[in-house]
Amino acid sequence: MSIYINKDTKVVVQGITGSTGLFHTQQALEYGTKIVGGVTPGKGGTEVEGVPVFNTLDDAVEATGATVSVIYVPPAFAADAIIEAVDADLDLAICITEGIPVLDMIKVKRFMEGKRTRLVGPNCPGVITPDECKIGIMPGYIHKKGHVGVVSRSGTLTYEAVDQLTKAGVGQSTAVGIGGDPVNGTSFTDVLQAFNDDPDTEAVIMIGEIGGTAEEEAAEWIKQNMTKPVVGFIGGATAPPGKRMGHAGAIISGGKGTAEEKIKTLNESGVQVSATPAEIGDTMINVLKERGLYEKCLTHEPQV
Amino acid sequence: MNIHEYQGKELLRKYGVAVPNGKVAFTVDEAEAAAKELGSDVTVVKAQIHAGGRGKAGGVKLAKNLDDVRKYADEILGKTLVTHQTGPEGKEVKRLYIEEGSDIKKEYYLGVVLDRVSSRIVMMGSEEGGTEIEEVAEENPEKIFREYIDPAIGMQPYQARRMAFNMNIPTDLLKEAVKFMLGLSKVFIDNDCSIAEINPLVTTGDGKVMALDAKFNFDSNALYRQKEILDYRDLDEEDPKEIEASKYDLSYIALDGNIGCMVNGAGLAMATMDIIKHYSGDPANFLDVGGGATAEKVTEAFKIILEDDAVKGIYVNIFGGIMKCDVIADGVVEATKQTGLEIPLVVRLEGTNVEKGKEILEKSGLNITAADSMADGAQKIVSLVQ
Repeated sequence: MSIYINKDTKVVVQGITGSTGLFHTQQALEYGTKIVGGVTPGKGGTEVEGVPVFNTLDDAVEATGATVSVIYVPPAFAADAIIEAVDADLDLAICITEGIPVLDMIKVKRFMEGKRTRLVGPNCPGVITPDECKIGIMPGYIHKKGHVGVVSRSGTLTYEAVDQLTKAGVGQSTAVGIGGDPVNGTSFTDVLQAFNDDPDTEAVIMIGEIGGTAEEEAAEWIKQNMTKPVVGFIGGATAPPGKRMGHAGAIISGGKGTAEEKIKTLNESGVQVSATPAEIGDTMINVLKERGLYEKCLTHEPQV
Repeated sequence: MNIHEYQGKELLRKYGVAVPNGKVAFTVDEAEAAAKELGSDVTVVKAQIHAGGRGKAGGVKLAKNLDDVRKYADEILGKTLVTHQTGPEGKEVKRLYIEEGSDIKKEYYLGVVLDRVSSRIVMMGSEEGGTEIEEVAEENPEKIFREYIDPAIGMQPYQARRMAFNMNIPTDLLKEAVKFMLGLSKVFIDNDCSIAEINPLVTTGDGKVMALDAKFNFDSNALYRQKEILDYRDLDEEDPKEIEASKYDLSYIALDGNIGCMVNGAGLAMATMDIIKHYSGDPANFLDVGGGATAEKVTEAFKIILEDDAVKGIYVNIFGGIMKCDVIADGVVEATKQTGLEIPLVVRLEGTNVEKGKEILEKSGLNITAADSMADGAQKIVSLVQ
């Protein structure tokens, strides 16, 4: 088991013929992901990398039975692509696109009310269940199949944490990048809940950053509901207020959203917060040892 | 992106939101001419910089006659204002706004921002105007009222009425207040604002509801469709290094330390600053070269970092992932040669083709210190700049 995606997941790529979409489709196919179709309006009926291209997402879903889409559409058209995915009633839409206007995302969220599609992102690396399914731009080879769930607002910092785990022999059940934008589809709490319910996940790494209160909300949920150990890291402890640190969502404003506040709240909820980004893996390993989960996490034995 | 007060008021006027009459001036003569044209008993001479707290820093003066206007304009133009938002170096005043004086009855606060929790736009209002809203939130949170705007239908008149009543705006000014609020919400949505703050909003002796100040910030992701707003951009108000970086699609923010950082990915870039600080070093900047860093981008990033005289060493931290480490290594070697780098350089590479990358750095014959991990690199650069 895993969360959101597995070896049977059928994926459609929205924006498959663009340079980014094409490159990452090749990478995903190499990894073994079941990419069953692509969408580029006007290029229906053609084929790329052996994958059939359709004019509309509806056509693609009807022909292939896909339940998940990944979006590599440029920012000005990405909101439309997400809405198309929600309208096609998919289980999951993963939006990699960076730079979508906030007001577009507000409209998307409004449209999604009452709909069942889950949106991951935008501005995220995607989701990977090691050895089964890779959807997004993360390097597949740094991952190892296992029992630690990873959820993060940042791309490369997730790779850093995953790499530390893999090098220490600890594999991952699923790694989810929820993205660095202020308005996004899936929150830390959503992913934590899914990991809590996943029998194959024994512990979770949660990587947050400055800005907003998503980490504080997650901390509250952990305190009330989480049965599995959580290790955290918050990036941006040294960031000055009022400056947007790359990610649109990573900004301290009005004294809110500081790393200090987030670390404090997480600690109070029983989350072990790593002091530096270089110790995320070690912090997790210590927690696994304390809980008697370490041996189990060194190998992967599926628990159904 | 920020704009000046006078530009913000121009925008408000277009949407029927009441503001006092005023004109921008770049010279003392223009200031006098503007005041003459306004013909009001009292004229306000206001410094135009992208920072709050201008009044306290001496950037806002009341002039009773044209001689006063000249005097104050001369005094403020070219002056460096230091406020709580400018940093200790302050900002030089290059533009003035000459505005007619208003007969203020009472000051209020009105702001529109994004509420991340509800994924909605929220209008916040309070009868505690003139002071920082953060202070009100701290001391009298019950005095801040909120109206959440549904993106499908926009702000509704009943919401504006409820806000006006909550803020205790006199009932005889209700219509003016509603018009003001609906107009402001429309400005926000039509122009892709991320902040629209009117502090203070005032009621006047002659029965008006007006914006006495206007602070706007715009969503940089939406500027491609806001050409008119982009025309308001004042490059004098921005850090030249940040402007240069944005040309190459690099995300750069200047900081106070002496260790230049070059990292891929915003999260890792922030974490790199954190770990340098953890080992008692001081980062000179945040710099995210992005996912598709090329040799050219790396070279430009180096040049920008080196323009800061405070930089005594550079730490390159790259988690290659799909990006190949040998490509990055080539870029670093090229940049080192081109810039004639003389200060310590520590490079940590991880990811695809990492061995090839390390080999390139070693064989270059350049004085580059290789690091095995993020922590190792941070410790090395910190000890090298001491």
